[in-house]
Order: sequence, then structure tokens, then C-alpha cells
Amino acid sequence: MSHTATLTEKDTLAFHLEKNIDVLARKCYQCGKCSAGCPVAGEMDFSPSMVMRLLQTETPANDEKTLRSYSIWLCLTCEMCLCRCPMEIDIPSVMDFLRQKSLKEKKVNPKARRIIAFHKSFLNSIKYTGRLFELGLTLDYKRRSLTLMQDVALAPRMISRGKLHFIPEIIKGRPQVAKIFKKTSKKEN
Amino acid sequence: MARIGVFICHCGENISATVDCAKVAETIGKLRHVVLSTEYKYMCSDPGQTLIKDAIKEYNLTGVVVSACSPRMHEPTFRRACAEAGLNPYMCEMANLREHCSWVHEKNDITTEKAIDIVRTQVEKVKLNYALQPIKVPVTRRALVIGGGIAGIQAALDIANTGHRVVMVERSPSIGGHMSQLSETFPTLDCSQCILTPRMVEVAQHPNITLYTYAEVESVEGFIGNFKVKIRKKAKSLDEKICTGCGLCTTKCPQKKIPNEFEQGMGNRPAIYIPFPQAVPNKPVIDRENCTYYIKGKCKVCEIVCPTKAIRFDQPDEILDLDIGAIVIATGFDVKHADFFPEYGYGKYKDVIDGLQFERLASASGPTSGAILRPSDGQVPKNIVFVACAGSRDPAKGIEYCSKICCMYTAKHAMLYKHKVHEGKAYIFYMDIRAAGKNYEEFVRRAIEEDHVEYVRGRISTIYEKNGKLIVKGADTLLGGQPVEVEADMVVLATAGVANSGAEELAQKLHVSYDSHKFFAEAHPKLKPVETNTAGIFLAGACQNPKDIPDSVSQASGAAVKVAGLFSQDELTREPLVAQVNRMAPPLYSTCVGCFLCQPVCPYQAIEREEFKARDGKLIKAVAKINEGLCQGCGTCVALCRSKSIDLHGYSNQQVYAEVMALLNEY
Amino acid sequence: MKTGIYPGCSLNGSARDYNESVFALAEAFGLELEQVSDWNCCGATAAHNLNKDLSLALPARILALAEKNGMDEIIVPCAACYNRLTLTQTELRKDPELRNHVSGIIEMDYKGTSGIINVIEWIDKYITPNLEGRIVIPYAHKVACYYGCLLVRPHKVLNYDRPEDPQSMDLVMSKIGAEPIYYPFKTECCGAGLSISRTDIVSKLSGKIIEDAESRGAEAIIVACPMCHSNLDMRRNDINKYWGKEFKIPVIFITQAIGHAIGLTDKKIGLKRHFVDVKIS
Repeated sequence: MSHTATLTEKDTLAFHLEKNIDVLARKCYQCGKCSAGCPVAGEMDFSPSMVMRLLQTETPANDEKTLRSYSIWLCLTCEMCLCRCPMEIDIPSVMDFLRQKSLKEKKVNPKARRIIAFHKSFLNSIKYTGRLFELGLTLDYKRRSLTLMQDVALAPRMISRGKLHFIPEIIKGRPQVAKIFKKTSKKEN
Repeated sequence: MARIGVFICHCGENISATVDCAKVAETIGKLRHVVLSTEYKYMCSDPGQTLIKDAIKEYNLTGVVVSACSPRMHEPTFRRACAEAGLNPYMCEMANLREHCSWVHEKNDITTEKAIDIVRTQVEKVKLNYALQPIKVPVTRRALVIGGGIAGIQAALDIANTGHRVVMVERSPSIGGHMSQLSETFPTLDCSQCILTPRMVEVAQHPNITLYTYAEVESVEGFIGNFKVKIRKKAKSLDEKICTGCGLCTTKCPQKKIPNEFEQGMGNRPAIYIPFPQAVPNKPVIDRENCTYYIKGKCKVCEIVCPTKAIRFDQPDEILDLDIGAIVIATGFDVKHADFFPEYGYGKYKDVIDGLQFERLASASGPTSGAILRPSDGQVPKNIVFVACAGSRDPAKGIEYCSKICCMYTAKHAMLYKHKVHEGKAYIFYMDIRAAGKNYEEFVRRAIEEDHVEYVRGRISTIYEKNGKLIVKGADTLLGGQPVEVEADMVVLATAGVANSGAEELAQKLHVSYDSHKFFAEAHPKLKPVETNTAGIFLAGACQNPKDIPDSVSQASGAAVKVAGLFSQDELTREPLVAQVNRMAPPLYSTCVGCFLCQPVCPYQAIEREEFKARDGKLIKAVAKINEGLCQGCGTCVALCRSKSIDLHGYSNQQVYAEVMALLNEY
Repeated sequence: MKTGIYPGCSLNGSARDYNESVFALAEAFGLELEQVSDWNCCGATAAHNLNKDLSLALPARILALAEKNGMDEIIVPCAACYNRLTLTQTELRKDPELRNHVSGIIEMDYKGTSGIINVIEWIDKYITPNLEGRIVIPYAHKVACYYGCLLVRPHKVLNYDRPEDPQSMDLVMSKIGAEPIYYPFKTECCGAGLSISRTDIVSKLSGKIIEDAESRGAEAIIVACPMCHSNLDMRRNDINKYWGKEFKIPVIFITQAIGHAIGLTDKKIGLKRHFVDVKIS
């Protein structure tokens, strides 16, 4: 892309977005259609269009606000924003990028603790078995998030419908999967 | 013996910042036949031109090369200067050092080398130049105005009032265009039809204007001052001279379910119809595609009821051949239909309409006689939502540009609604309010402050129907993107203004350029806004880009002045840079073998047949001949000619070879 | 043409009913469906939220295995897996450098030769052409087809159906006798990404979808995604509590609906495993 050739190195989120995922925050002209269609905009501290605006300012204070926001963790990646954006700005990818950066820089919003606990439990589960072990995931998540009583009522009904396994399935390629985790997490650091 | 003068321009710093002009002058000065090589900061300035003129006299120059900007910019300037000094203007050539060199390269030796090469080619060329005389052509003092909307009407009246004849061609059965559909106009809220109708009548009655409605331009040939235009008058299927316009046929026509174009589909019309009560001319036409007689071969009710027996079912289309001196394109615009926005439900929900449909609802002559009633059930909407930019500024699904007129007409719509439904609530979802125009901003403020129109800054994401209401989902970006949901009874989409259907086809017929959105292109965005790049063809109104009424009218008057200016001359001077088929003494006459392959490739139909006959009338030889009046000097025939019998004045084969050889040879 | 299947973790666990109905249909129409050998989890939302490389590597291993198995195409019934796999394939196809990088991580060759189809494409290709004469119990009900997010978005990558008011499921349902209703929530999100960590949001979003379908007279919601199903079906008690209503509309996988129409037993197509009772007359 020609525009990347003229990029000057800056330590701003907008710069990293352009360099890493080829998304130009400055293309957004704040029409707000993303916020209007976002199913969780009402729960967010900054609506999607506000996140884009914060990024456009390229100031350290606003970049910090973005990384510490709850919004980036609430985003469901339902892609409705991208689907209707007049400028076709890939906001879901922006959110992915911001989450990963927020996690790496240890700036995760305290309210997002449970959301991340779930994601971590999820990945943990597959890390050791290769496939998701739903009961294991749930138990690990409860341990991490201290939500012991949540969804307890579901369990017996799931069991009676044969929807909950008690023993994890372990794939043969388990060491391979473990290696994938190791390699990708090493790159993270 | 050629005596060439070379004048190198710095163009301020445009050239000298990257090209070493002194070195170019010095190097060129050493070339054979170059008797003067000099440089100056602004050759196009008065002292610069004087420098050239003086040099021509002092050095007795036979050829001049001005090394400066593009010949498109200043070739006429320098040729005029040469003529003033007594040199044939076609002995002056330009070497383009700006666009072709300094603007596109970095400052270094190679750039200067290239500049030298560019000048050398022109030095070699100009040695082979020969004197040419401008071609004089007569002017037909009759203008053609294509399109009978407000822009076309204004242009036609202005031209006609200067005493010149005008032919107006309108493809629909009546003139009036979109303006005749509008209810009130911003920012004054005067009734659109009230101010337009008198103008329409004036067009019909003006002694200098010939009006052809239900007619289209079939083809255009020729050139400025001398266009040959074919007009197809579509059969109206009645004799207009006999028809009194009583309208009885339109009331008796059994086919009544055709969507009414004038009402934007919000009403029906019969197959024989007058588009609207104030139509000009006020006589019906038969829409053959929907007429029962033409479909099934039976009916003829109109013929039976017509008191003057004016119906002519077998009337053919008529082709008119017209000599035209200048053309004004005023074909207007269209609204982009909103069905490419499935999330807004246009076409699915009856009460989601577009701006032009709202105009008809609000119009006293509209389907509801001016009452704002929703199309689904005829109820008065208590909550109405206007969605701005429903298509504009949306490269993903719509168009990337701003349609310019929507902010204002949306404010007007909300205002009209509030004036008619006092207890109702009107929301406008907008992103920016573009109200740059005389009294425009004040008009918007009035809508907000006096009429309490609710402006919400944010674009609508989706509209859906639930329990008889339209749920409009938006966000208030001024409150950080807070979700806003309105239960509306009616939604009006401010759809984009786009080029009219058929614009591209017409542009190709007229050999006029158009932009990527199929709007007609002006010759210069700032300094030639009404001219096209085809001489003698001008633009008026929204066929160039979306425009409001004041802008359209202003441009139309501008175009009219251009036409009047053209018609004020007795004859026109044309560049003699045309092709020529060689001629020589008998018995050869010409090296042309008369294959006439050049004839079909000529885009301007400029190649004719010349026959040489013996005294007894027997044909000796037929050869090609160029009509200098039609030839545009494109050179296609030159490239195609198998016997190399055609040459182009000013760009002869010899001259072009000389340029190429200059580049290949050492100097 | 060898068609493989990547069931994914959900179909192996909480969406067993979906799995059973897919395989029951395959059996009924004599279609071979070989599982991608030793498949792993695609990483789902968790991976792309937290770690980009991981979110590409996990699906890449699955796709590489499918290639190794000689599969020309794989059907991915889970819309979430379908989305992740297709996104990975598209990214790796257009960027050879990234493909080498990911190949290095999974230590397997990946060429991108196996096609990926979702369950509706599979039905359209192999089942609807052979439906004639097979329908014994026409599915004569008003249904709301719910597509969710992952089947149709991002449209430029998946290039499947249209992103607003999609029709492919509606068409399949009308072929087995159903009357699909128009309904504006077809592609609204059910909240799947937060299904365990923010159950309140799930109840709110899923509830809207259910409420709208029910209010428009739908007798069932038809889905093609285990996430959508678990939110709309398993979480029904939470939803009802959140909304203070008694929504009773059942949520049925499209494969179950077809299975029922061609006369397969409720047990065979997993209808007994639902939380919300399904009674199809």
C-alpha cells in the first residue's frame, strides 16, 4: 500500500493500527453508524465511534484511555459495525488489536476481569487437551472469576440431556497443540 | 536557412527549481540553426513576450521554440506574440518543461538532460514547420438546449432574448424537470410551481424558441458553429395541431394502473396522459409500452371519445435534421434509489420514502393535495424521521461525494411538516449541516429554533417495522454515541443526487467528457465552469453535479452568455491543424489509391470522396478528401493510410520523425 | 469430490443434538462425511481476542489436516468455526509471508486447497436437489430463520448470502413446507462472545430476538449455529427471568427441521436434548 510508505514512525495506537492491520483511523468521519448499530454500545464506556475518535487524536492520554477502556472487551465481534460502515473501516480488527495490546501492556480494565478470565480458561482448556472440555472450562472459569454459583442450575439439566461430558477428549496431536501455544505465546513476549 | 530562437522560461521557480535553465540555454544555443537561446523568469509575462517579439525582429527568426509549460496553457499566447512580430504563428512550438519534466522529477543532472532533450525535439521539429493559415468557418446562429428543466429553461430564455433562435429538446412529455415536482423552495419557502410555471409558458410562447417535447437527441456531428443534429421526435400518437388538450381521453382510458412518474410512483396514471396539470405543452401522449391497444391490438377508447379525432395510432417517430451553432446540455440529475440500503427498508416498508416523494406529498398539486399523510394508511404521521446522507458520503454502498442539496431540502421538509402538523415531532439525523448559501444557515436555524425540529447528530444504522411503527435505530454522537431509538410513523431518506440516466450515452454522442460518476465534465473546474472541452458545447445545471435552483439558474445564464458571445461573431476561426490527402499533377492526381479505409475510422465523418473525371465524364480516379471544417486533427487516418497519402498539418510525418531522430542522434 | 467434516468442540459437547442431526441427514441421503482426523479446537473468540498468531495457527492446523486427509471440501456446521476457518484461509491465501510464518508454527504444510462450506451450503449442494419425494411430514409452520452474525459477516470475506436480510435458510425452509416470516433480527447478535462472562447482556440481546420472532407469530426459530442455539435455548430461563416473560418458542437447528420433515425420529435428530420443549405436529 502506498500510504504506508510515507508513514513516519510514531508510538501512537493509530500508527500501529495502520502499520499492523492496515486500518486508517483517520478515515472515520464520525457518522456514528457503528455506534447506532452496535448491540452493546449502550453498555460501553466509549461507543465504537468514540473509540475511533480517541484513536484519531493520537495523544498519549487518549491512547491510554482507549487501552484501559471496558468497551474493547465488551465488543462481541459481531461485525455489524464493519458491515454498515460507509468507509468500510474494520473496527472488529481494531478491537482485536486493542485487546491484545491492552493485555500485553497490562492495562486491562478491571471490569473486564471476568471476560478475560473466561477467554483464558477457554484457551487453557484447549491447550492441554486440544479440544474444548466444557465442564473443565466452566470449573476453571469459576475458579478464576469467583462466580461459583453462576449457571449451577444449568448443569443437571445439561447432564440429563447428555450435553455435558465428564471426561475431556484428548487428541493425539496434543503435544503439537501445546507447541502451537508455546510458540505463539513466546512471540507475544 | 532556418534561424531558430529558443526561449527558456523559469516559470517562477516551477521549472528552475529542478531544471538548470542556464545550462539548457547554453547547450541548446550550440545547436545548428539556433541563432538565439535565452532564458527568462516569466516568458508569458508582458516583458517576456516583448523579449520574444524583439528577438524575432532583431535576429530575423524563422522559427521559435518556447520552452515553458504545457501548450494547453500558453500556446495561444506565444503564437499570438509571434504573429504580432510578423512571424506566422504556426512557426512557433512549445517544449513542455514543466508538466513533462520539472514537476515530475527531482532536481539533478538527469532532469536537466531530459529538459535539453525535450527542447531539442522541438528545435528539430520547428525547422520543418511551414506557414499555415487559420480556417474560417461560418456560424449557424441557432442554439440547441438539451433538457427542459429549470436550467434548460433559463438558458433557452436568455439566449432567445438576445434575439437568437433556440431549439429545446425534452425527452419527457412536458418541460419543467424536477423543479416542477417540488413543493416549496428553500430558503424562502416560495411555491416552486408558482415561480416556475410562468417560465415554462414563456418558453412555449417565445417566438425564438422551438420546443420539442417527447424527443431525444439521436446524433450530433460537426463542430462549433456547425453542428448537424438529428432529433428523434417520439410518436405522441396524436396530432398536436388538432388536439385541444381537453383531456377527455385521459379520463376514459381504461388502463389506469401505471405508476405515475411525476408523483414518484405515489399515484397512478392512464396510458394516455398529461404528466401534470400545468404541463407544457398541455397535450397528452400515449405511453405505447403500457397502452392496451399496442399490447393487445384492441381498445382505441381514446380514439372513440376524442372530440377532434386527433388520435393517430400509426404515427411514426419523426427524425428532424437541424443545423445548430451551439449546444447547451441541461439534462439534470436523478435521485439514487434507496433500495441499495437494505438496512433502511426502502421498498419494503411503504412509509419509508425518499425526498422527492416527500416533495410530492407536501405539494398542493400532489397526490394528497399537500397533506402529509403516510402512504400505507393515509394517517397523519405523529413522529417523522428524516435521514440525511442516505447514499451520499458512503463509498461502501452509495457515492462518496456530498450531494450538496440534501441538508437544505431536509431542513425544508422538516419545516414544512411542522407547519402542517403542529403537534407532530420531526427528527433529522445528520452528520454535518452544509448550509453555505445566502440565507441558508439562517434557514436551518429557523427550523431548529422556531419550528423545533429535533436535530440528532448521528447516522441511522437500521430501520424496521414493529407493531405498525417504524423503529429507527440511531446514535447521538454528541452524547458519545448514546443509542437513540425513535418510534416513527414515517421516514424520509435524503437520497443522493446522481447523474441522470442516459447521461453517459449522450456524452458519447456529443463527444463531451464526463467524470467517474457520469456527470458532464467542465473544461476547467474554476475558470471554465460552463464550458466543456468540446468547443461550442456548454453546461447548465445539475448535469454537471448536484446543484440547487439558484446555482442551476446562475450557471444557465452563464452558458447563455457564452452562446450569445459565440453568435455575435460573423465567422469562426479554426486551427488549421487538420489532415490533408496529397494532390499532384495528372495523371497521378494523388498517391491515394482510393481504398477509403480511412472513411470508417474517422471519428468525425470528415473524409469525403473526390472524383476526377475525364472530359467525357468517365471516372478516372476516386480519392479521399478531408473536409477541413469537420476534421479535428486527431491523426487516426494518417496512422491507418496504407499508401502514406495523408499527412497532418503541424504534425507531419516528417516533423514527428525529426523529433524522434533528435532523441536518437547525438548532438 | 471428497467431503470432510469439521464438527468442532460444541458439536462434540453441548450441541450434540446438532451433531446428531447433521450425521442423521448425511446417512439418510447416503452422503459420506469423514471427520478431519485428530482435529483440534479452532480457538473461537478467545483466541482472536487475546492472541492473533494463535487465532490463525489453530484453524490452520485443522485446514492442514483436512488437506492431508485429501478432502476437497470440509463442511463446518458450527457458524463460529466456519467463520474462524474461512477468515484464516482468506488471510493465509492472500499473504504468502504470513502463510509461511503460520506453517512454521504448526509445523505442517498448508496450501489452502480444501474448500470450506457452511451447513446451508452443504444442504443446498447435496440435500435439497434430492428432497423430492422424501418429505413425509411437511414442516407446515411459520418460522423465523435466525442467521446470527458469524454466517454472513464479514461479508467481504465469507461472501455468503447477503448481509442484510439474508435468504438462504428461508429458501431451504420453504422447500420443506415452512412459511418463513420476515423479521428484522435475522442477523442481530445474540451475545455469544459474552455467553458466560456477561450473562445479563446475553439475556437482553437473545431476548430481543426471541421476543420479536414470537410477536410476529413464528412457531419456531431456525438456527445454524450452536452458539445461537445455546443462547436462545439453554439460556431460556435466564432470558425469561430478565424479560419477565414466558417465551416458549422452540429453537431448532435447520438440520433437525429437515430431518423431521423426511421422517427421522426425534431421538435420531437430537430433538429430545433441547431445554425448550419441541413439539412439531
